[in-house]
Amino acid sequence: MELAEKGELDFLVFECLAERTIALAQLARMNDPDAGFDPMLERRMRAVLPACAARGTRIISNMGAANPLAAARKLRQIADRLGLGNLRIAAVTGDDVIDAVIDGDFILDETGAPARALGDRLISANAYIGVSSIVSALQAGADVVLTGRASDPAMFLAPLVHSFGWTMDDWDRLGRGTLVGHLLECAGQITGGYFADPGYKDIPDLARLGFPLAEIAKDGDAVITKPTGTGGQVTRATCTEQLLYEIHDPSRYLQPDVVADFSRVTLTEDGPDRIRVSGGAGAPRTGMLKVSVGYDDGWLGEGQISYAGPGAEARGRLAIELLRERLATNGPALRETRGELIGVDAILGQGGVQGCSPREVRVRFAARCATQADAARIGEEVESLYLNGPSGGGGATRSIRRMLGVASTLIPEELVKTRVQMVES
Amino acid sequence: MRLRELAHSRTGDKGNTSNISVIAYRAEDWPLIRESVTVARVTDLFGPEIAGEVTRYELPQLHALNFVLKGALRGGVTRSLALDAHGKCLGSAILEMEIPDHGALASKGDANP
Repeated sequence: MELAEKGELDFLVFECLAERTIALAQLARMNDPDAGFDPMLERRMRAVLPACAARGTRIISNMGAANPLAAARKLRQIADRLGLGNLRIAAVTGDDVIDAVIDGDFILDETGAPARALGDRLISANAYIGVSSIVSALQAGADVVLTGRASDPAMFLAPLVHSFGWTMDDWDRLGRGTLVGHLLECAGQITGGYFADPGYKDIPDLARLGFPLAEIAKDGDAVITKPTGTGGQVTRATCTEQLLYEIHDPSRYLQPDVVADFSRVTLTEDGPDRIRVSGGAGAPRTGMLKVSVGYDDGWLGEGQISYAGPGAEARGRLAIELLRERLATNGPALRETRGELIGVDAILGQGGVQGCSPREVRVRFAARCATQADAARIGEEVESLYLNGPSGGGGATRSIRRMLGVASTLIPEELVKTRVQMVES
Repeated sequence: MRLRELAHSRTGDKGNTSNISVIAYRAEDWPLIRESVTVARVTDLFGPEIAGEVTRYELPQLHALNFVLKGALRGGVTRSLALDAHGKCLGSAILEMEIPDHGALASKGDANP
């Protein structure tokens, strides 16, 4: 909200899709054709739309997830109800490449087998698309652009290509725009989030962490900063950590529109909470897009139970042995199990008994199962430790959840046909 | 001395590959870090957690190293049942690495990483 109200922004970008999220969204869409977009779309947009509309700030987001068109229709309703009937809303579709993946011979990096071999376990296949359709939507006058699986930096690069008229073979500028996107895409991770280490790296007012913004020059060099009065900080240290976050070879960051080169980037202080970023570069794109493939990977069943005081660790280990033996004898077929001990001060608090070490443990036992019913057995077996396990077990909990595997492959860009649709009132 | 006194670090994950940055707090410690925090020592530190090769990239102008650990998350197979399935906490362990003091480096000469 501070960014929308105080940031004096031309563009506000929401990057909301983790690797697994789109597979989950696809499952939701299978159950309901009007679902499959980010469930937080409504709350976020209600919060920022009035401020953005008043200031002319345009919004780009991948909250469309597995169903950008339904997201855009939903947003149309929200905007109309807020009296923003003039707001132009665009959906970018075409990242869903599951048909091509089923028909083709796309080898998964992780397994070396073709994606189609997953058969009916295959849930989703989405290409990381580049800027072209987002730029088209902006050129068509969209105030809000909702995408599915777009490359994260591309959502930031697109408004730069649009606003500055960069050409799609201006590799160095595309590389610098990608750099800005990479630095901003994890929001608070560059303003002091994912950073604090008490006594070594302390961050002021982390509870009120401000989100970042970039002031970008026509040549693509930029200053990273945040709204005044917000918590957190922007320093060379926070920017260097984020620069290398999820980067492999810094000279070859593969993106749909460019191979970005961060290897000669420099970061210089330009006032409090202001870091100047220079030296980004780029090389021609590869012509291949990364595809994220989501598949059904069974069910996770889990149970936990605590032991405290003298002998807590030995009782915890005994509990794990009992679970293994009982499940092996009477339980369902388990594809894989994991038993471990957690714990610091959940049971005995921070004061009181200090003599024994560890003072407490929490058993966590998890298993991957073929079915939901099998997964439920894990927690039931953990709960039965109250009566039938080691002495002094307490606080048992159980849970089950569906497991989604994610693998990746590459697809030639010409097989990915993206499209822009405006959703009118 | 532990690496934690000289450098900070962030871990990222993409698919089955983990990357861990090592960034000097002070410019004067960069040569020591560059010399000491080698592929061999990182491989040794993480040992069985890593299935594939370890690659090191240098960014001298930022006094930073970037380690890429292939197979660190073992295909999401063994880690997928873990509390930290992404392995986001794994990287912090790199700061436990023992680093020789500056005097020991000066007498050792100019070894390649």
